[in-house]
Amino acid sequence: MTKASLLSRRGFIVGTGATGLTIGILASCAPSGTEADAPDYSDLPPNDEVNAWVHIDHDDTVTVRIARSEMGQGTLTGLAQLVAEELDCDWDKVTTEYPTPGENLRRERVWRDYSTGGSQGIRGSQDYVREGAAAAKAMLIEAAANEWGVPASECTSENSVITHGSSGRTATYGSVAGAASKLAPPLEVTLKDPADWKIIGQAKKRLDTADKLTGKQVYGADIQMDGMLNAAIKQAPKIGASLASFDASAVESMPGVKKVVAVKNPFGEGNNAVAVIADHWWQANKALEALPIEWQGGVDFSTAEFEAELDEGLTAEEAFVGNGGGDLAAAFGAADRMVEATYNMPLQNHACMEPMNTTALYTEDGCEIWCPTQNGEAALAAVSEASGLPIEQCEVHKIHLGGGFGRRGMPDYVHQSVMLAMEIPGTPVKMLWSREESMMHGFFHPTTKARVRGSLDADGNLTGLHLRISGQSILAALIPQALQNGVDYATFQGLLPSGVDPRLEDQTLKYSFDNFLVDHAMRNPPVRPGFWRGVNLNQNAIYLECFMDELAHAAGRDPLEFRLAHLSDSPLAAAVLQAVADKSGWGSDDGKARGLCVMYGFGAYVAACAEVTVDDDGALSIDRIVAATDPGYAVNPQQIEAQVEGSFVYGLSAMLYGEITYEGGEVQERNFDTYNSMRIADMPEVETIIMPSGGFWGGVGEPTIAVAAPAVLNAIYAATGKRVRQLPIKDQDLRNA
Amino acid sequence: MATLKINGKSVTVDVEDDTPLLWVLREQVGLTGAKYGCGIAQCGTCTIHVDGSPVRSCVYPVGALSGEEEITTIEGLSEDASHPVQQAWAELDIPQCGYCQPGMIMAVAGMLNDNPNPTDEDIDAEITNICRCGTLARVRKGIKLAVEKA
Repeated sequence: MTKASLLSRRGFIVGTGATGLTIGILASCAPSGTEADAPDYSDLPPNDEVNAWVHIDHDDTVTVRIARSEMGQGTLTGLAQLVAEELDCDWDKVTTEYPTPGENLRRERVWRDYSTGGSQGIRGSQDYVREGAAAAKAMLIEAAANEWGVPASECTSENSVITHGSSGRTATYGSVAGAASKLAPPLEVTLKDPADWKIIGQAKKRLDTADKLTGKQVYGADIQMDGMLNAAIKQAPKIGASLASFDASAVESMPGVKKVVAVKNPFGEGNNAVAVIADHWWQANKALEALPIEWQGGVDFSTAEFEAELDEGLTAEEAFVGNGGGDLAAAFGAADRMVEATYNMPLQNHACMEPMNTTALYTEDGCEIWCPTQNGEAALAAVSEASGLPIEQCEVHKIHLGGGFGRRGMPDYVHQSVMLAMEIPGTPVKMLWSREESMMHGFFHPTTKARVRGSLDADGNLTGLHLRISGQSILAALIPQALQNGVDYATFQGLLPSGVDPRLEDQTLKYSFDNFLVDHAMRNPPVRPGFWRGVNLNQNAIYLECFMDELAHAAGRDPLEFRLAHLSDSPLAAAVLQAVADKSGWGSDDGKARGLCVMYGFGAYVAACAEVTVDDDGALSIDRIVAATDPGYAVNPQQIEAQVEGSFVYGLSAMLYGEITYEGGEVQERNFDTYNSMRIADMPEVETIIMPSGGFWGGVGEPTIAVAAPAVLNAIYAATGKRVRQLPIKDQDLRNA
Repeated sequence: MATLKINGKSVTVDVEDDTPLLWVLREQVGLTGAKYGCGIAQCGTCTIHVDGSPVRSCVYPVGALSGEEEITTIEGLSEDASHPVQQAWAELDIPQCGYCQPGMIMAVAGMLNDNPNPTDEDIDAEITNICRCGTLARVRKGIKLAVEKA
């Protein structure tokens, strides 16, 4: 299946020097436990694949094809578990590889969707991936049965061995894989009953850990090729600005410099960047720093000034309705007491540890790239578009990502790298953004504010709720064709009614309210937004769940009991909330300050209870987190724990420090000194309760982000009597109210 | 031109003196385990050892080295991933995307060289690497497991 690479004779060298390791184009890792006295199959021709999902060598090594990208979330291992389960193969002999997006296209998209986002990696492909594996197993059994002249129905499979019941004959998968590959696939397969799963549901170790402990794991930024040049790039610092001029002569004689080039704006007219191509990246970047550049035009945008527009939206007459019911005006009119609060969510950078990069090679025959991407097919389209070559002459080699979080689903850096490679045909060029470029030119978490009002009756019951969101729409900027009569329903993640859009059925509100309204006054700054891990669920959870806490306290009711009173229609949401309350010691008189949050998003039920202390100087210590998640089926519990733990780092980093601001149209936070991220000293222990109730497939990588900040913010109130409604917390005074 | 001792071997490289050690390792020597993350000694993905102590190589000019120092990168921490920190990391399956982990492992191994039994406060003060995937809770467990294994 490996397409002959344009580089086949050039060689693809990774980690030269000390190790001199040369690896193939397809990123794969050898199975462990190769025995010294293993049989020699070198005289046999290699087996063809059994089917698109599974290749089995003579020695029983099973190579599982993985279409989705691995960026740390563990999908690679989880998908391999799904295949190994239905295949009945020996888990210790499983390895993986990424079929290229070009190969997918040539094979009529046999691996379907490559896009890796929305916590869809496993839940969005589990059915056809498992069916593919079950079909491969049926073909292996049929091949063995044919060889023995017995009905396939008399044969069973286990641990990569097929057994004929009455005769007791056995055959290894490797010995029949070649014959199986020549059989027609079964017309239909039956998937296992979850009760019979032996590999799905097990806390298997990740398949991609070993190389990450020794420096051998190759990321996009690490790629080395014979003759490769390196490029550093600087994009117009101001929103919408373009390149006026630059003086290449000032840097052309600097060490290593090969070429200084203007770079076209991937999304608009004209040039909006300059790049220096040099022998080494450090040389390129140094020359770029010294290069005189003039920019022109652009927008004088200021986030501080945009606040007024967000505030105006909080009370604007017109707004898109996302959800609602009952008679809110009557409820508010009859209120014994009204409660009101305003919250915000600033712009956030994804801040992947690995800055944006791609290596590209352009020749007369085609263009191929080596790219850490969350969307291999979008990257392939970008290569074709940027190079002007037919897509059949383009190829994308996917490389493990040094973090993605939604940023690497965007193809801007792919376009740029192709344009740079076209400057020097026949020579591979690796373009690497500096951290400053990655900070300034993100697709930021959208900024919004919310004004939430609630009415209580004399008994402390919630009779009406209005949640008004004001601010930025991701879809309006990135996928305007996905708006429905102007409405961005994704803005209402976690707050939607059932039935509004089949793609958003996993983002519905689980509370029941008699009289309520959730609406959105769209106010778009000239800043490009993006899908940022957790997306709009993050701020909607803050808006709803911090306010539920405020309501409960205003009503003099226990925040757990108050929430449960509105969760009677969603026993699964109530169950995760109750689970964190029970485990954390909620309601005990131990003097701990605790805060709760429960949410449904990405098809999973999640809850958290945070315990904090705030000292006399206002210093916050997050002491303990108890989290619960019900993703329906839990494919790999220890990886789910890892994702839950990681979600608190990502979500609480945003709460504590995350804020991108603009002045004069330019991003002010340009590195980790001004855009901080949580360190180990800030990090509490996380106790994770995994409670898969079965019957549905929920996401794992994103939902828990949403409960991190509200649980801690509610705990801060419990500790101090002070409501933090303005994020990030950063320098705010948390001393007791 | 500089001659350096890297992972026990003598290596001569032709670079300008102000080139950070990180880029010498990555681009001249071909050791790409140490990563570029920030370039300003904030994130720690570039951490290596100079004479056994953790150093953020992205701001360490190669000209500041005499050539006598023992430079150790993640590739030279052990022959076969057998260093107690690597063993602990494998046992707890710590890496997610893994990009920060060479720096994290070298920071931890360097701390343990000087302080084989760190308290939680020592860990808080000395391990300040950034991990955006969020392995921090497991990293603390990993440090404690590495101490047991050492």
